Amino acid sequence: MTTLGLDTPGDGSAPLPLRGVVVRGRNYSMRLDMRAIVVCCLLALGTVLAGLVSLSVGSFDLPVSEVFGHLFGNRTEASEFIVGRLRLPRTLIAAGVGFAFGMSGAIFQALVRNPLGSPDLIGFNSGAALGAVIVIFEFEGSRAEISAGAVAGGLIAALLVYAFAWKRGVQAYRLVLVGIGAKFAVDALVDYELTRADIRDVREAAVWLTGSLNGRGWDEFRTIVLALIVLAPLAVLMQRRLDRLDLGDDTAAALGLQVSRVKLALILVGVGLASLGVAAAGPVAFIAFVAGPVARRLVSSPNACIVPAGFAGAFLMVIADLAARNLLPTEVPVGIMTAAIGGPYLLWLLHRQAQTGAL
Amino acid sequence: MKGSETVVNVDASSPRPSRSPRPSRLRADGISLGYEDVPVIEGLDLDIPDGQITVIVGPNACGKSTLLRALSRLLKPTRGAVLLDGELIDRLPTREVARRLGLLPQSPIAPEGILVVDLVARGRTPHQSLFQQWSDEDEAAVRTALDATGTLELADRSVDELSGGQRQRVWIAMALAQQTDLLLLDEPTTFLDITHQVDVLNLVHALHRDQGRTVVMVLHDLNLACRYAHHIVAMRDGQIVAAGAPAEVVDAELVSRVFDLECSVIDDPSSGTPLVIPTDTR
Repeated sequence: MTTLGLDTPGDGSAPLPLRGVVVRGRNYSMRLDMRAIVVCCLLALGTVLAGLVSLSVGSFDLPVSEVFGHLFGNRTEASEFIVGRLRLPRTLIAAGVGFAFGMSGAIFQALVRNPLGSPDLIGFNSGAALGAVIVIFEFEGSRAEISAGAVAGGLIAALLVYAFAWKRGVQAYRLVLVGIGAKFAVDALVDYELTRADIRDVREAAVWLTGSLNGRGWDEFRTIVLALIVLAPLAVLMQRRLDRLDLGDDTAAALGLQVSRVKLALILVGVGLASLGVAAAGPVAFIAFVAGPVARRLVSSPNACIVPAGFAGAFLMVIADLAARNLLPTEVPVGIMTAAIGGPYLLWLLHRQAQTGAL
Repeated sequence: MKGSETVVNVDASSPRPSRSPRPSRLRADGISLGYEDVPVIEGLDLDIPDGQITVIVGPNACGKSTLLRALSRLLKPTRGAVLLDGELIDRLPTREVARRLGLLPQSPIAPEGILVVDLVARGRTPHQSLFQQWSDEDEAAVRTALDATGTLELADRSVDELSGGQRQRVWIAMALAQQTDLLLLDEPTTFLDITHQVDVLNLVHALHRDQGRTVVMVLHDLNLACRYAHHIVAMRDGQIVAAGAPAEVVDAELVSRVFDLECSVIDDPSSGTPLVIPTDTR
């Protein structure tokens, strides 16, 4: 555990070995976790580098110099199409959706106190997908309406899962089990919607439902950017309260938190982030699930690390998209790539939790 | 000590046995409590005397922890009211309550890998805000709390590595860092061996003696309760059976009424407080 320097108290005694650095001004004082900041910067750098590679390689390779040229206004016909229309929006969407999923995962994993409590495993993402599919097939809705449908679906799924898991409070393992059950039920409803729909729509929808960035354009990019602009700052503001909830509901209440209200706010923000991610890229599995633990390990923090989890999610998602496009002879949906990374991790985690008795 | 004329008179002259003559910042006024329509406590009155150690005792499921939860606003009474400084505790802002009244619940959870100092620092939460995350007062309060509980040397250790007794001291330090005049502890000695039980209770006594704090504890051990309490509250079936100084209220009849235990009560040879000896009924 790294602890970094801090300012000295007036009485000359050794400063307390608090985690992080205290920054003081006349009217404010902040505790900054330097290690978290460094991790965020490195992950952001990694995301940018992976993104640049992703812009340049593919079925038609473009030299990095030409990619840079495009980004800084020196556009060619080829770069206009390949970078501007195809790869740039999808790469930016990958980063944005990864960020949203990562934050959402970290929030729910902390709320449930278990890495298995991530929204993609306990049915929230499936609920968002169902909401989106209903709007697409039943109402032929616009982009905004699809997003609204996804958020509504995610919220209803979350509400139902919490309601069924409720028994004088919510136990982690009950929530996880109920959530996994709910996920199957909701996925069945999605399949039902598919069987009723036009065959040409179904093919497109099926790809979307595995989570795909193929053919995503600036519309979806606007969805996810809007989601992040509104919800990410709220998530950052709630980090402190989430850390207090970690001590148990009673202790958090004794420290002055309005526990039910804080939890509700966190659930709304978490579901919003996950659902809008789904609206933009489909229910890409395992990013939310993996990003939180990765961030926590890198920062080596007892806290939930919402922001580092966002950066980890963005990095993983861009890498997964790069791999999905180039690793195999034909392009596969990014959801298959993330499942290939997340699946084994899930198995390992289940094995470990079964051994330690956490589940 | 005195034996027979002990138990509180419940005659017309003193209709409220638990009303204490001392001033009281924390009071329960005819409260009824329960979980999901199952009543646990009905129409209970209690004054917590200022600047003293109050210990609540009683058999399992008598409602003592439920009462403590209500006093600390974790549980809203279905009838009646809890008053903090004369105001309805449910009407006060949560943060304001947290600045006046600290609570250590029965089983708090330490986040994996958290350092002692960071855990204790969380006790400062009600004094902090988004833009005031670590003031000089915070630093001083945490230092004082670590010092008072003898955990300053453990400050940079991970809470996971500590023994049960050390961990309980750290949790108490967190509640102390909150710097409230009123401190409520729910069974602070559970899971501790006898040495650490005495250790923790001596610490609580020192807090009262040196800092004049008002402490309310739920304890299982009747003899330790008698030794450390200024004011003992004996409960059974959601009712207060007796309340007062241990030497005045604890006798064989009370123990029989509260715990269904046949016993004799003698003076503790070490502290002079009542000592309950269960009768050998083999």
